[in-house]
Amino acid sequence: MSDFVSGFWNYYVVSIVLVSILGCGVLLWMQSSAKHVEGETTGHVWDGDLQEYSNPLPSWWRWLFYLTIVFSLFYLAMYPGLGTFKGVFNWTSAGQYDGEMQKAEEQYGPIFMKFQSQDIMAVAADSEAREMGQRLFLTYCAQCHGSDARGARGFPNLADKDWLFGGAPEQIKESIASGRDAMMPAKGVKPDLNGDEIKDLANYVRSLSGLTADSIRSQRGKELFAPACSACHGPDGAGVVGLAPNLTDKIWLYGSSEDIITETIAKGRSNRMPAFGEFLGDAKVHLLTAYVYGLGGGVNEAPAAPGATTAEKK
Amino acid sequence: MQSQATYNYKVVRQFAVMTVIWGIVGMLVGVIIAAQLVWPELNVHEWLSYGRLRPLHTNAVIFAFGGCALFATSYFAVQRTSHVPLFAPGLAAFTFWGWQLVIVLAAVSLPLGMTQGKEYAELEWPIDILITLVWVSYAVVFFGTIAKRKVSHIYVANWFFGGFILTVAVLHLVNSAAVPVTLFKSYSAYAGVQDAMVQWWYGHNAVGFFLTAGFLGMMYYFVPKQAGRPIYSYRLSVVHFWALVFTYMWAGPHHLHYTALPDWTQSVGMVFSLILLAPSWGGMINGIMTLSGAWHKLRDDPILKFMITSLSFYGMSTFEGPMMSIKTVNALSHYTDWTVGHVHSGALGWVAMISIGSIYYLLPRLFGRPEMHSKKLIEVHFWVATIGVVLYIASMWIAGVMQGLMWRATNPDGTLTYSFVESVKATYPFWTIRLLGGLLFLSGMFIMAYNMFLTMASGKAVDAPVLEPAAAH
Repeated sequence: MSDFVSGFWNYYVVSIVLVSILGCGVLLWMQSSAKHVEGETTGHVWDGDLQEYSNPLPSWWRWLFYLTIVFSLFYLAMYPGLGTFKGVFNWTSAGQYDGEMQKAEEQYGPIFMKFQSQDIMAVAADSEAREMGQRLFLTYCAQCHGSDARGARGFPNLADKDWLFGGAPEQIKESIASGRDAMMPAKGVKPDLNGDEIKDLANYVRSLSGLTADSIRSQRGKELFAPACSACHGPDGAGVVGLAPNLTDKIWLYGSSEDIITETIAKGRSNRMPAFGEFLGDAKVHLLTAYVYGLGGGVNEAPAAPGATTAEKK
Repeated sequence: MQSQATYNYKVVRQFAVMTVIWGIVGMLVGVIIAAQLVWPELNVHEWLSYGRLRPLHTNAVIFAFGGCALFATSYFAVQRTSHVPLFAPGLAAFTFWGWQLVIVLAAVSLPLGMTQGKEYAELEWPIDILITLVWVSYAVVFFGTIAKRKVSHIYVANWFFGGFILTVAVLHLVNSAAVPVTLFKSYSAYAGVQDAMVQWWYGHNAVGFFLTAGFLGMMYYFVPKQAGRPIYSYRLSVVHFWALVFTYMWAGPHHLHYTALPDWTQSVGMVFSLILLAPSWGGMINGIMTLSGAWHKLRDDPILKFMITSLSFYGMSTFEGPMMSIKTVNALSHYTDWTVGHVHSGALGWVAMISIGSIYYLLPRLFGRPEMHSKKLIEVHFWVATIGVVLYIASMWIAGVMQGLMWRATNPDGTLTYSFVESVKATYPFWTIRLLGGLLFLSGMFIMAYNMFLTMASGKAVDAPVLEPAAAH
């Protein structure tokens, strides 16, 4: 694809670049041949005693200047620079990237392929695979989930038994490959909640996991929980995998203080795990799945209880 | 009548004193953010967090410290080499008070988080308009003085000062073009990669004109004055001036190597950065060779030591710059602390040291004293500052190369050997050394302020009489 909206700009760039480079050389050449008398001043005097000698240009400096000009012309003949002219080497940064990626695929691809056909449980138990998985994790996942995979505010802990989208191998794989989108609407499904009611709800939600709460507010909040929250979080607040987090388990993604819960209810939350499938390829996603599974929280089977099946959000 | 007239030293005095004050402020903020990298818990409040203070540091040292030094020295040099007092003294006074207002507004708005998000051009649009007014007034005063000069030739220092004033006006107007949304928020007039290119066209020319051409103007007046020797070569002045101002304009794309910027633009930026080597060195040669025949003066003149050392750092960083613009080298150096070290070898080694030397030359003359209160303290300042710069840039070189190598290291299976945070951890010792270097440089500025106030206390403000030009040839 051309970088120019019309052919004119190609000629414009070529001519202005060449004229500028050659112009530097011409300036240098003209001034080197100008008359000068070593050790004598130009005869101008400013501010009492400011004068200037009429010394010639140092020749080593002149040759350094010429050298950079010659190199530049040579470089622009070899590499793209003069408008749409591709250069003798036909080099492009995109081409170099593709070449390096292809080479890496040939060199490293088979190393990862080795495990692709194995079952996740088997891969998770293989120490070599775990080491490779950890290196992949540190390269691609640790920025958000932390080097120890224990997460941070807004980024889930992957080493515990609590799973927002399920901890069975195929669910973990789905999360990595396709990403996940999660959204809690502001004020749940009851948009007419007022500020006081939100506070009541926050107190009730705190009481669900045994945190201290104002008992009167909490009582009032309980009444509101059914119309506002239970559709997703369930009548008892235990949540639904893939749909809404468990509010009774003392695990908090954004924090458990009354202020933060109030903010969560009032403004809602929106979060997203990006999809890595296309970027990493199946083999690496497979290894990462096994690594995350093996961190300690993996579950053998997706629970089959009604209302708690894998929520296929994608 | 002519002999009764005096030069306008008042505005020079004001800018010269504020150079030292803002130098302390700007470098203190630099020391604070250097400490925040070593001890992140020092980010005590959002207003004082690293992300807010870093632009405050760069703006304060470049535009407050460097800017005041340029105003002071250019106003001093242009009157004396034109043999007339400043044109439009009222406007000159406006440039002082207007510029101080810009600095104070920057010091308030940047910690509050008001920013255009463009490096070295963070200030929001109302401040940008004030900068424009001050800058146009500066140009009127400067070129007005040149226009009414009593000598036919324009001295070389004024070529550089003039080039710097004109170019910075163009750079500022183009890059800061924005669509205001509220009084405190605007959006750039450009989008995507064009915005990035305009920003770095501005950014590199801020280095090239604000931090190079302007300070070369300073060098061309104060080095021959302090050395008492003629400039080494008029020819060299001509060639390197035109080549420098012409070539710098092209070098911006080297800040965007291996990005979405088209390949051809990156190549053009790289070759012009290489061509820039000789024109840059022309200034260094002309300054250092001016001392030939008077090298002995370096032994006991600490002001000259500042000037010659600054030229050495200038030569070193203008060699390093073209090397770092080569794509292969840039692939290692980019985004590392090497860049930070490179900038500071220019900013502390060249810009600050030539300014400090020039201000030491100016102060006694502005306050009617034969010399600074203590020559010994200038000597101490010189050594403290030099050791500070060396510690700073050496630690950043090692840190930068180490980071670059750690980031590109891979395991036999192609995964990265080091996570990013491991490279952060490995950098801590070097950040500590850098902090020490910065502290030394800052303490030098305190010594300078002490020396300045004692010089001022024992002297009184004087305006020298306008000198008749030497007889025409």
